[in-house]
Amino acid sequence: MANVKRSPWLLHYDGSSCNGCDIEVLAALTPVYDAERFGVMNTGDPMQADIFLITGGVNTQNAEVVKQLYDQMPRPKVVVAVGVCACTGGVFKDCYNILGGADTVIPVDIYVPGCAARPQAIIDGVVQAVELFQKRSDEHDELVRKGGA
Amino acid sequence: MNYIGLVIGYIFLAPFIGGLLDGFDRKISARMQRRVGPPLLQPFYDVIKLFKKQVITVSSAQTFCLLSYLFLMILTGTMFYAGWDILMCFFVMSTAATFLYFAAVVTSSAYATVGGNRELVQMMAYEPAVLLTCVGFYLAEGTFSVGEIAQSEFSNIMYLPGFFVAFVFILTIKMRKSPFDTSTSHHMHQELVKGLTTEMGAQNLAIFQVAEWYENVFLMGVVGLFIINSDPMSIIAAVLVIVAVYFLEILIDNSSARMKMDDMLRLTWLVTLFTAGVNVLVLMLVRIF
Amino acid sequence: MSVIPFLIVFPFLVGAVLFCIRKNRVRRAFAYCCSVIIIGAVFVLLAQWLAAGAQVMTFYYDTHLADRVILCGEVLLMLLVIVQTIRYRKYWIMLLSIIPTGMMVYLELKGPAVSEVGKIYVDHLSVLMALIIGIIGGLIVIYGAGYMHGYHQHHKEVRDRRYYFFMIIFCFLGAMFGFVFSESLMWIDFFWEVTSICSFLLIGYTQDEVAINNSFRALWMNLFGGVFLAVGIWYFVYTQGSVSLHELVDNGAAGDVLAMIPVAFIAFAALTKAAQLPFSTWLIGAMVAPTPSSALLHSATMVKAGIYVLFRLAPAMAGNLIGFMIAFVGGFTFLLTSFMAIAQSDGKKVLAFSTISNLGLMVACAGMGKPETVWAGVFLMIFHAISKSLLFQDVGATENSLHSRDIEDMHGLINILPRLAVFMLIGIAGMFLAPFGMLIAKWSAFKASIDTGNILMVFFIAFGSATTSFYWTKWMGKLISFSHVGERKFKDITKKNEIISLTIHAILMVLLCMLFPLISTVYVDPLLHEMFGLSTQVLPQSLLYMLVFVILFVFIVPLLAYGYIRQYRRNVKLSYMNGINVGDNKYFVDSFGDNKRLWLSNYYFHNMIGARRLMEPGQLFMTSFLIVMMIMIIGGVVA
Repeated sequence: MANVKRSPWLLHYDGSSCNGCDIEVLAALTPVYDAERFGVMNTGDPMQADIFLITGGVNTQNAEVVKQLYDQMPRPKVVVAVGVCACTGGVFKDCYNILGGADTVIPVDIYVPGCAARPQAIIDGVVQAVELFQKRSDEHDELVRKGGA
Repeated sequence: MNYIGLVIGYIFLAPFIGGLLDGFDRKISARMQRRVGPPLLQPFYDVIKLFKKQVITVSSAQTFCLLSYLFLMILTGTMFYAGWDILMCFFVMSTAATFLYFAAVVTSSAYATVGGNRELVQMMAYEPAVLLTCVGFYLAEGTFSVGEIAQSEFSNIMYLPGFFVAFVFILTIKMRKSPFDTSTSHHMHQELVKGLTTEMGAQNLAIFQVAEWYENVFLMGVVGLFIINSDPMSIIAAVLVIVAVYFLEILIDNSSARMKMDDMLRLTWLVTLFTAGVNVLVLMLVRIF
Repeated sequence: MSVIPFLIVFPFLVGAVLFCIRKNRVRRAFAYCCSVIIIGAVFVLLAQWLAAGAQVMTFYYDTHLADRVILCGEVLLMLLVIVQTIRYRKYWIMLLSIIPTGMMVYLELKGPAVSEVGKIYVDHLSVLMALIIGIIGGLIVIYGAGYMHGYHQHHKEVRDRRYYFFMIIFCFLGAMFGFVFSESLMWIDFFWEVTSICSFLLIGYTQDEVAINNSFRALWMNLFGGVFLAVGIWYFVYTQGSVSLHELVDNGAAGDVLAMIPVAFIAFAALTKAAQLPFSTWLIGAMVAPTPSSALLHSATMVKAGIYVLFRLAPAMAGNLIGFMIAFVGGFTFLLTSFMAIAQSDGKKVLAFSTISNLGLMVACAGMGKPETVWAGVFLMIFHAISKSLLFQDVGATENSLHSRDIEDMHGLINILPRLAVFMLIGIAGMFLAPFGMLIAKWSAFKASIDTGNILMVFFIAFGSATTSFYWTKWMGKLISFSHVGERKFKDITKKNEIISLTIHAILMVLLCMLFPLISTVYVDPLLHEMFGLSTQVLPQSLLYMLVFVILFVFIVPLLAYGYIRQYRRNVKLSYMNGINVGDNKYFVDSFGDNKRLWLSNYYFHNMIGARRLMEPGQLFMTSFLIVMMIMIIGGVVA
């Protein structure tokens, strides 16, 4: 009955963002905010990630990529959409190639609005995601105990 | 028997000691970067989480290779702490490392394979130094037996300063520290993604991590062997030196950028040739006269 | 012990008969029977010898007739070389045959009277060699029958001369038996020349230009060694009035200065046979020959003839200048050729370079001349013979099915040709992984070279074993990957007889690994006792126990791990390729939106350590080293 929430590892994916949110995401991981205090690590590898941070909207080209990355993450997992583009499509919403927010291809759990989202907001989103991660992990444990998984 | 205690201690406590060392490592690294850093027990949280996650894999043979790696690593350390032949320990260790390479390439993943190939180059780089360290002990003590070396009259570092330098040098490779972390890229956002460990998720990564802890405790034991002698007080000195070496590795890790692979190979071999070579010559001359 | 003359003469007769049978099926059946008879005869020899107390035995003191036959044989060989060199216009090579033959004929007819010696000598070492030659040779003949069938189906341009091929293989087997049992140096010289010529004829089998050039290179290098052998024998006969190999060794070990020159010359000759630098190129060129001959002559047995001679001479070389020369050449070759093996991607070339490299280690072991090193050398020889024979046969069979022997093309072989891949993995594991014997032998060689204070050797072994594991490991990694060669389907056309031979080799390999401590105490320790006259146990008892433990552990762990992973249900995912895999792990989307195949390759460092870069400097260095050393040795004796 250990706390998995002490070790949330992130996978950061840049959809079709203007890079504003990406800079903020990386800012949240720099020594200034020191996300590693909470055990947060930024891993580039979906196989090892627990929380999927996605910035920018989803377009026709990267929809498959987002789906595949999501699929490669082992359960339990949480998806956080960072920035208004990832939430709804933002100002690019009506572009010819934009499908919309991240939730058009994968189930999003936490929405972090803002253009660009502030580091504090991102960290807050991640902290909420961590709680959800813990809940899902407990459910997952329950399943394993019943012999499912 | 003394050794039985050590072996049992190694098998059961090594993951904890290794994990703690890792925790200190991350904490000290954070402080060096003016951060607070994760809790000391963070590595354990990580591993426990990894064990609890859904078991996924790219190739089911990978778990097999990783388990073989883990158990051979435990065997290596067990042989060492049981006071057996040190050269044989390193031979078993290289077999274990081979299984790690298999665990990477068996997936046929682009990043893991590149990482694996680099791991092979690393193995080639550190193996001479490792073998020559054994030679050093043999020249100084006339035996490969760890038990007998630990019972020597004087600390072996007196005879083997060159070998010690060579060994600490390759320790940077073995502990996957910058500037030689070419195969796994321990830090985020590098060209290799996670290198060797790219395709290891959940349980597999946890096995890898635990095996690394076992390995580190074994390697630290070898460092201690340079210091330890028949005087029980030397154990304290050995622990101090181990801590100092570990700190030195952290310092190097945080203050250097990654090196190119073939430069690493050349540099390591040069250092090995030079330090071990000079040391061997001196020892041989002492032996003759 | 009439089985010994049988072993020597029978293969020659079989060869003659095989030459006359032109029906493939009949010849194949006949060859099977004969190879089974030879294997049986070897075991009969072992049983008889053990029943007689496993002692040193000498036979056949009065052999006037056989001497004359051998003399005629030598002249015939010379004529053969003359005809071949005239035919291909390599006239100067002729001299290398005429000179030693002339010397031998003169010695035999007009030479000084020599003391009578038993011509046949049986001890642990020669029986061991006979076992290796008989078992591996017999199995390779069985394999070869199937292989040559596939070979000629794929190489239509090569004229089918299988009758000729098998004739030479059998003649070679007879010559090897003769070589290891001979006590008389005159006989040794004859059989030596026969093996050189057999090798020459087999390398030229395909008769294209490359093959002919390579065969003549092999011929002149081996004949050049033969000249040195003849000079050594000549000198020995004139100064000591004897042709006994053991007398030579005993005199040398006793520090007789006059024995130094023949020992040095014969050891030099052995270097050419064992393809050490600067004579390594002939063995690389020999890889154009069909695989059974590469396996038999150029890896498992014929090159071991050089090692055998050096083991015999080891007591006479211990601690003197000759020993230093031999050990240095061996160690240097070990290191340098293992570098070159890294830069090769042709499977057979890798095997060739690694053969030279391992031979180098054995040569160095013999050169150091201590019981421990010879112990290590003997084990290296046993394990190398079996695993290399296995690997060569396997690469040959793979080439027939895969139409390529490039290691890069063997990516995912375990999925394409699982049987052959497993055999290959066993063979490679035997070459360098703990707890297989090669590694233990390396341990012992390492220890012994520290004991003898041979620091150069220590460095050679430390760096050489690092490079050795590099090229083997990357090969193994290729085999076990997922296949990206993919769509093309390959049919495993390996014949049943090839599989029989491979299976027996693999079983032998694993058995030897398990029985390793036993063989050491029961067989190899007495061997050293015979050679050095002391009865020590080379491997300390504690190490033996440890080995048994490690062996058990290493075999059990993977089994347990396998059992453990079977109970888990797991979800197989795509491998990470930045999320742009196209459905599977073989293709990804490139920047044009097209599907691109993923192609994985190993590191080779062509430009850093390729054979082109290292071979010539190495040869030059070794040539000058050998010249200087030979002058010093001769000068030391004369002065």
